[in-house]
Amino acid sequence: MESNSNQVHTLSVTDLCKSFAGLKAVDGVSFSLQTGEVFGLIGPNGSGKTTLINLITGLLPATSGTVHVDETKTTGKPPHRVSRAGIARTFQTVRLFRELTVLENVEVAAVSMGFPRREAVSTAHDLLVEMGIEGYETRLAGEIPFGYQRKLEIARALAMKPKFLLLDEPAAGLNEEESDLLLEQLRTIPLSKHVGVLIVEHDMRLMMNLCDRLHVLNYGKTIAHGTPAEVRTDPRVVSAYLGSAG
Amino acid sequence: MIFGEFVINTLSLGSLYALVALGLVFVYGILKLVNFAYGEYVMVAGYSMYILGAFTPVPWWVTMIVAVAMAALTSYLTELVAFRRVRQKSDNAALVTSFAVMVLLQNAVLLFVSPRARAVKLPSAFSESITILGVVTPLRNVLTIATTLVLLLGLTLLMKYTVLGIAMRAAADKFTTTRLMGVQANLVISFAFIISGFLAGVVSIFWVGRSASVDPLIGFTPLLIAFIATVIGGMNSLVGAVAGGYVYGLLFNILSITLPASMISYRDAFMFMIVILFLLLRPEGMIKGNYTEERVG
Repeated sequence: MESNSNQVHTLSVTDLCKSFAGLKAVDGVSFSLQTGEVFGLIGPNGSGKTTLINLITGLLPATSGTVHVDETKTTGKPPHRVSRAGIARTFQTVRLFRELTVLENVEVAAVSMGFPRREAVSTAHDLLVEMGIEGYETRLAGEIPFGYQRKLEIARALAMKPKFLLLDEPAAGLNEEESDLLLEQLRTIPLSKHVGVLIVEHDMRLMMNLCDRLHVLNYGKTIAHGTPAEVRTDPRVVSAYLGSAG
Repeated sequence: MIFGEFVINTLSLGSLYALVALGLVFVYGILKLVNFAYGEYVMVAGYSMYILGAFTPVPWWVTMIVAVAMAALTSYLTELVAFRRVRQKSDNAALVTSFAVMVLLQNAVLLFVSPRARAVKLPSAFSESITILGVVTPLRNVLTIATTLVLLLGLTLLMKYTVLGIAMRAAADKFTTTRLMGVQANLVISFAFIISGFLAGVVSIFWVGRSASVDPLIGFTPLLIAFIATVIGGMNSLVGAVAGGYVYGLLFNILSITLPASMISYRDAFMFMIVILFLLLRPEGMIKGNYTEERVG
């Protein structure tokens, strides 16, 4: 469950497809990422990014294709098994346990992954300090400022000691200052926590600054992939974005 | 001393109703399923008491423990055998299944025991009276209040300080998210059913204690009361369910005192009017809780 800090893990997505009543939301997407890396998933609205995250986490069953964490196939497994294989996520709309305290939110994630209670509490405390939410431990999660709720969600996901962290629009609803601060924190996470980060985000400035590699979707299909510099100038990407804007 | 009597009666009735409502909400909180078979767990405990009392020499305290255990077991088994198979398919299927389980259990008793009421042997404490602050009241009332307080305290500690309790609160808040965190859905749901059945079993002891008899339809009224109390208190909050139970007990006793004798048989109609008012004016109940429909992405 806990990743060995020296070992490199790989998340491989192979030819993943998802159809909703004939509409192909995700159409033959393949990529892989490794621990220590930040991998960005971009594309216009409705291009299948969140669906892809839902497929990887087991929340939606894939129509075809596979997802592996190292040698372990996670497609077809229930969400709690997928998370135990080492995948944690956050949500586009913050989905904290609003009636639990800030500390309990992080603690529940750690204990459900099988860590002993005492260790879970100390992990939770450490993560809250690292994410800059200390001092709010006993407050209800639904009552803390929105920017902190976003960070709390990331702390909660990290408490599961995942191999891969999937962030669905972590900067949505944050102002520029908060978004910059988040960027700094996200930059350090892959190496300090030894996780691979897959991030979906509309904030292009943040994505270009943060990601090692980008993968561009449009209508569920991969239209480009490469380093931020390569992707930025790719004519297909430019046309997809201009097309969707126009 | 009429006021003192009123207070003790209301607290006693309210405590019983609070436990009834709490049992229903434990499952509703997580599955969003109104379990219509809930009343039958009360019935199963009642018949367990009847059978042990009538056919075995076991002491009353063993009878009660077995009765509560049987209710919890039945609740767990209905989840395992009936609900687990349909709950992922659709909410409506689970609701209809709960009706089916209710009818099945009722008919099993009609068929294998008797359609007629059976007398249940109870310890003498249930028919004794005591004097508290100058008020003479059945000891049963005091036991109901004390048991409820102990259970509420125990459940509060369970929910607040144990891993299982925190996981159950998390699951009641956002079930899907909890699963994504590695919590096994079936485990949390099973425990919710066991606690629900356990509460139904305890309720049964005091419910049967009032009439000293059990019949196949005994579960209907507790189910109805649980439902009404949760509508008043709020379906999405454990605290709301308890509050709803006490408010229901209070309203019921106020109506019992104030309605003229010729109208007393319409007491339930008045209760339903109050429920309708709640549904119209405050459909979320007294305590709103925090459940929002889940949409991921």
